[in-house]
Amino acid sequence: MSTNGKILVIGGGISGISAAADAAELGCDVILVEKEPYLGGRVVRMNQYFPKLCPPTCGMEINIRRVRQNPRIKVYTFSEVETISGSPGDYTVTIRVNPRYVTGKQPVSQAHIDAVATEIPNPFNYNMDTTKALFIPHDAAYPMMHVLKKDALTAEEGEKLKAAEPAGAIDLDMKEDRVEEKVGAVIIATGWRPYDVTKLENLGAGKLANVITNVMMERLASRNGPTEGKLLRPSDGKEVANVAFVQCAGSRDENHLPYCSAVCCMGSLKQARYVREKVADAKVTIFYIDIRTIGRFEKFYYDLLEDQNVRFVKGKVAKITEDPATKNPIVEVEEVLPGDKKREQFDMVVLATGVVPATADSPVPGVSLVYDNDGFLVDQPNGAGIFGAGCVKRPLDVSRSVKDATAAVMKAIQIVRR
Amino acid sequence: MASKIGVYICVGYGIGEAVNIEELSKVATSEYKVDVCKTVPSCEAEDIEFIKKDIAEQELEKVVIAGPSPRFYQPKTFPPNVIVEYVNLREQVAWCQPSHEEDTQMMANDYLRMGIVKIQKTQPLDPFPESKDINKTVLVVGGGIAGLTAALETAAAGYDSVIVEKAPQLGGWMAKLKKSIPRSAPYEALEDPGIEEKIKQVRQNPKIKVHTSTEIAKIKGAPGMFDVELKGNGAAFRVGAIVQATGWKPYQPKNLNHLGLGNLADVITGVEMEEMAKAGSIKRKSDGKEAKSVVFVQCAGSRDKNHLSYCSSICCLNSLKQAAYVREQDGDAKAYIIYENLRAPGHYEYFYKKMQQDPGVFMTKGEVTGVKQNGGSLAVDVKDTLLGEDISIEADLVVLATGMVPQSADGERIRAIIDARKFLASGEGGPQVDIMKKRIEEFGHHEGTEILNLDYRQGPDMPTLQYGYPDSHFICFPYETRRTGIYAAGAVRAPMDGLGSIEDATGAAFKAIQCLEMLSRGEAVLPRTSDLSYPEFFLQRCTQCKRCTEECPFGTLNEDEKGTPQPNPTRCRRCGICLGACPERIINFKNYSVDMIASMIKAVEVPDEFEEKPRVLILACENDAYPAFDTAGFKRLQYSPFVRIIPVRCLGSVNVIWINEALAKGFDGVMLFGCKYGDDYQCHFIKGSELMNTRGDNVREKLKQMALENERVQLFQVQITDYEKILSLVGEFMETIEQIGMNPFKGM
Repeated sequence: MSTNGKILVIGGGISGISAAADAAELGCDVILVEKEPYLGGRVVRMNQYFPKLCPPTCGMEINIRRVRQNPRIKVYTFSEVETISGSPGDYTVTIRVNPRYVTGKQPVSQAHIDAVATEIPNPFNYNMDTTKALFIPHDAAYPMMHVLKKDALTAEEGEKLKAAEPAGAIDLDMKEDRVEEKVGAVIIATGWRPYDVTKLENLGAGKLANVITNVMMERLASRNGPTEGKLLRPSDGKEVANVAFVQCAGSRDENHLPYCSAVCCMGSLKQARYVREKVADAKVTIFYIDIRTIGRFEKFYYDLLEDQNVRFVKGKVAKITEDPATKNPIVEVEEVLPGDKKREQFDMVVLATGVVPATADSPVPGVSLVYDNDGFLVDQPNGAGIFGAGCVKRPLDVSRSVKDATAAVMKAIQIVRR
Repeated sequence: MASKIGVYICVGYGIGEAVNIEELSKVATSEYKVDVCKTVPSCEAEDIEFIKKDIAEQELEKVVIAGPSPRFYQPKTFPPNVIVEYVNLREQVAWCQPSHEEDTQMMANDYLRMGIVKIQKTQPLDPFPESKDINKTVLVVGGGIAGLTAALETAAAGYDSVIVEKAPQLGGWMAKLKKSIPRSAPYEALEDPGIEEKIKQVRQNPKIKVHTSTEIAKIKGAPGMFDVELKGNGAAFRVGAIVQATGWKPYQPKNLNHLGLGNLADVITGVEMEEMAKAGSIKRKSDGKEAKSVVFVQCAGSRDKNHLSYCSSICCLNSLKQAAYVREQDGDAKAYIIYENLRAPGHYEYFYKKMQQDPGVFMTKGEVTGVKQNGGSLAVDVKDTLLGEDISIEADLVVLATGMVPQSADGERIRAIIDARKFLASGEGGPQVDIMKKRIEEFGHHEGTEILNLDYRQGPDMPTLQYGYPDSHFICFPYETRRTGIYAAGAVRAPMDGLGSIEDATGAAFKAIQCLEMLSRGEAVLPRTSDLSYPEFFLQRCTQCKRCTEECPFGTLNEDEKGTPQPNPTRCRRCGICLGACPERIINFKNYSVDMIASMIKAVEVPDEFEEKPRVLILACENDAYPAFDTAGFKRLQYSPFVRIIPVRCLGSVNVIWINEALAKGFDGVMLFGCKYGDDYQCHFIKGSELMNTRGDNVREKLKQMALENERVQLFQVQITDYEKILSLVGEFMETIEQIGMNPFKGM
């Protein structure tokens, strides 16, 4: 059997980056493919990690250096794997490189930036603000390179861009490119997305201005987010003073995600800390079924229990509506203790939306792989050279995702080095 | 002979507008007389290609590129035998300073001077000599599910391993289980633990050697060359890396009398329940009758400040599983689970749901206030239930979910006891005596718990985190321990389930072989992965002060009888904390030395007092504070043009002589930017900034000698995201300098 020593890693989030760096540091050649124009996935959009409350960019600084400096790693950003064919030790993959219309041969100058006025919703901030159509995705992006959203440009902007110097920086005629690579093993680290709130009709279906998701809360709390780290609610930009967290928004629910998403309890407790640290005297209420702070995380929960301004209410939130005048969300909860129904108003509600594997929407193309009923990639039958890593396999926090990525590399090298 | 040096100045990104390039070039050509000095329009692909070609044509050995921050290059684009140094003219000059100002020009000139001096002092790197002699066998300590997995995965990757297990047989706790909780989709059915198959595979694998009924007597040496000696059979062999998979032991709760443990025969622990189930049937201990009604009490000794304050993470699932045993044994039997928060994370929710559907299983939130004998059975009193009232359940058997404790020992504390005993034996008096006695008392329980028995100056085992787990402190780098080449796996490093242990051990085994491959190339492991540089010790001038051996966060250095450090480059993480600690300045790297940074400081032109242009030296952690300055530039935030920033490997690598040199040279102040310390420390070298802080006494002493104010040298703890905070700290510091006035040593 011909064994190709190269490993393909699909997904450039924390799992994919860790896997790529680990494999390359062992001595393997690695191809890392990320569909966004930058590496870092979900974690670079987070404000802090639990339980240390440290910034994700700190570890990312090290991880990006591992990727940047290692000659064994080839990175394709803004690219997607279209097909995988072949067998363990000998796969052929086709990678589509999407046009960023920025060449990287010459620098984007002020003239280029001045040529574009059109603003587009900013995907990095979950569309909570806008960015110019010629933009660097975020302030620590790798590669630190502009992207041009060509579709959004006016004809006039296009002409201005063509005229701007240096002329080689932007190429409006750039086409998508296809690259073929041969690899011996594949690591799928395509991660997760938050559960679609529009399906949570009783919780406002994403239509209530001041009911946001936990991932949006991370952006609000981030210094490089849409509110520069201030907890301002979307409807009127008022700083929040009374915030509710609704746990299991879509998780542990037969109508949505039957499983537990594992990270949302710690996520919300962490975000409760954001509220308490950023807004003096703010009040926090957490509606939960079970608080699942496993292992040493329990301390984080204990510490929060001692905060007089944080209230834990065991009960399932039945409905969220809004006061039309104030836009305050109104939460109706069936409290388990003492057992009666309650209605309460808050400035803002954060839904702890669950973890959906990327493969639930888009299975790995070109190969027939085994998934569970929820779309998570399960361990493939013996002999396959394709391995999952991180949240594509099960809901995991950052630390466990990284461990899982390292374990996936162990499996992959057993294929490429045999 | 001096190396041929080239300087390339990038004029793009606004640099050409901010700075007079001709004047800047003169620094390189007239002051330093470099061999080649050219400008390039930018540092994008075309221009990098030009530089590469030019390097080859001009036969340059050392190259300075003055342009964007070093954080945005791919050094792999330049030939490996060429030394490249980057001067940050974009983020830290052009983007944060006004254009065409004299002060902006002076700043750029100084940075170029420092860059050229730095490269002059940089020597080419070679792997440390020991890299040729790396043993690639992995020692696995512990033969449970984690240890067996680590050995099998190591073997499958083509490496040899040795398992050392203290019990007479392999398998650990998993071999004592009747069933495992569900590990595979649809996550509802109990599974065979799979341990027998793993034991068989290990026994048959020619790449795995097994020693049972023995423990480690001693491990000498360092990664890549650990010499292991076993107790009992006396076997001695060499390995390269270690996976510590020593697992857990059940928590032995005292003071749970109200739950009847120890005084009621039919109150047992989850471990006893499992033994009984595996042996055949679930019976009452008191009379051997089959148990028809079993109450499981969760968190008995866990999540309790008087016992284990953490959550043992598997007890909820374990009780669900044992409830299934009860129901399997007898369709009429009842199982009750009393919990505070039922913790079935992730896919385990499916198993929880399945058990909820069983009409013979009752689960409620509640607090068990007491278990009493009530005639032939037990009465379990429960308050705060979901039913809204207090209840009492009649039970044949009560099972307490008692939690897990790691099988680990703490190197630091054991070392502290050894040192304290030595001190007391020396007969020295003074206030230290009481401190040492207290230390022995406080850490006494660590004694005799040695597992790895490492021959390390800093103790025979891995330092642990809170609750005694030798886990990584880093979320992004969960395998990083404070002992290079030694990786914890499974329930010893955090309370964890079987599936988690299998995953964990697979990754830990990978880390072990990865470490060995990197060492064999002379490279460092995390966080400075792939770094070839290593500290060299000029021991002729060592005064045996032991600061380096005590301060190294990774236990790199041992001492001989006289107290002279014995370098172990394979244990080293290259942070430079030893370099910072050494008062004799005899520890240096080929590309990071006391002389190099001191020379960079001296290269800065300090204007005389009357020009009213103060100078403040900033020594910034290269991983966090330095990028924060870059972000400030990216955001076009302006700050004082009087600062000069030098990135350091870690704030702990700052040698006090640099501060002294700066003050003697006429710098008006020194700002030290490091990472947060304390329980949730963020320093990737564990305690760099904290150590620097403790060196503050030396700094203050020097300030006193020079009759300078203490405020002139300050340490700040910042995060990578703190770019605004950093700028306001700089602003405040400049104000302080203005108030206390210029350094009188200028021009001396």
